[in-house]
Amino acid sequence: MTQTAPMIEIRDLSLAFPNPASSDGRTVVLRDFNLSVAPGEFIAIVGASGVGKSTLLRVVAGLVPPNSGTVIHARNGASNGRRPYGLVFQDARLLPWRSVRANVAFGLEGLGLPRAERRRRAEEALALVGLADKAGRWPHQLSGGQRQRVAIARALAVDPDLLMMDEPFGALDAITRQSLQDELLDLWRRTSKTILFVTHDIDEAVYLADRVILLAGSPATVRSEDRIVTARPRARDDNAARALATRIRDRLSDLMDGGGI
Amino acid sequence: MTFPTPPDQSGAALPAPGKRIPPSAFLAKPSRRYRGLWALLGVIAFLAVWEAVPRLGLVRPVLLPPPSAIPQAFVAEVRSGAWTAAILQSLGHYLWGLVIGSVGGIAAGVLTGMSRRLEDFTSWVVRLLRPIPGLAWVPFAIIWFGVTPTAAIFIIVLGVFWINYFAALGAVQAVDRDLLELADAFGHRSTPAKLVKIVLPAASGAILAGLRTGLGQAWMSVVAAELFGVPGLGQRMMQASSLLATDIVIVYMATMALFYGLVDMGFVAVRDRMMRWKV
Repeated sequence: MTQTAPMIEIRDLSLAFPNPASSDGRTVVLRDFNLSVAPGEFIAIVGASGVGKSTLLRVVAGLVPPNSGTVIHARNGASNGRRPYGLVFQDARLLPWRSVRANVAFGLEGLGLPRAERRRRAEEALALVGLADKAGRWPHQLSGGQRQRVAIARALAVDPDLLMMDEPFGALDAITRQSLQDELLDLWRRTSKTILFVTHDIDEAVYLADRVILLAGSPATVRSEDRIVTARPRARDDNAARALATRIRDRLSDLMDGGGI
Repeated sequence: MTFPTPPDQSGAALPAPGKRIPPSAFLAKPSRRYRGLWALLGVIAFLAVWEAVPRLGLVRPVLLPPPSAIPQAFVAEVRSGAWTAAILQSLGHYLWGLVIGSVGGIAAGVLTGMSRRLEDFTSWVVRLLRPIPGLAWVPFAIIWFGVTPTAAIFIIVLGVFWINYFAALGAVQAVDRDLLELADAFGHRSTPAKLVKIVLPAASGAILAGLRTGLGQAWMSVVAAELFGVPGLGQRMMQASSLLATDIVIVYMATMALFYGLVDMGFVAVRDRMMRWKV
């Protein structure tokens, strides 16, 4: 790895939710989380539901303040018609009163871009996800997979350095999920974005990412970190990947058996 | 009430392939044309019963004039100029009351819906004022404004205001938190930005429903507000009834129904155009 500055640097991050039932009035969900992400890297964070993965993304996005620790973005704030990150949720979260094109342009508004430029960039992003012909449709006219692709286009339209995805394919059927995984890898290759991808699907993490980080426990801590060097395109039944997925699963079940969760 | 029983299938084999299971009559959906026909038949039956009651001498025609007497009364009322004058005056009250009450109610409801503090601050005042019917304000309306169009408009505004206030308040408070989070994530963090980009569009359906209720409520208030002497349709109805000119009373009742129908149809057309993104 070259000595470039990290795209994102997370140091000693701790997260807690208010919890009146607890003695100190809060529940710590994540403790001492450290992560340094290089530009262009694809990171997957896996863990059981409720382990704080989604909250972690929200802290990096600045939607939720951390209890302690810091998040340093290589680039701060919006500038030159760009935003520092794009976010994709598990549900597509499209605005039903906006056309597909206007949904994709949502993040471009307020950046001082002329209308024609916003439209051009929205359509460019739609073309990236293969939905150029659906620009004038309403969200309710699309399938679940198409809606999620619009959500990805919306995140890409703001030309972020960092793309954050919160279980983006979790609500899709298996066939759609696989094709969107491949589309995402293709997008990643073409746009060289840095991706922070949260999932509870270990096979998905192993198939997609350069690094897989396992979060577990209560409060959650990083239990393992694996680098995957297999060149892309990867085979879904690649032996090394399957072995790794099994190892991660075993660790997770050991932790559960040992009362670590 | 008896429900048609489905064909007895106990122990019976499945219908032969290609043979369709007959749909239960209860679930059968009549065609659109068929339903329109029934609606028309209903109107005709209604008019027929109404016509028969005074004609058969069950009720004296002065207490209930038959529908066949109405067109003649209508023509006479229009010829005298009274109809046009009353309608124009009432429409003036209606429109002013509707606009002021709706805009005020929606604005107050949206603001209150967006601020917890404002909601707490106003909650008891609202609880006190809300149950007071518009008519109960008539004494104050006359003391403050005299027997003037302003007094009538004031009464109409009050009725329309609360409907729109509660519709807008509820709609704003029901806006999906996830959409507000989406706005935050895509850089729209200020309150005005959230209001324009998320809250108002998301709440528009329920706000429009409140507005539509207000359209009907305002007509009721028009009559009530004019009964105490402000010139317009309500006053004209009072005059006619004191002269036992019941056919004239019915002319104005029908006029109101017609105007309400037109306004409501126009509103629905505009609303459907605005809400065409809905499934």
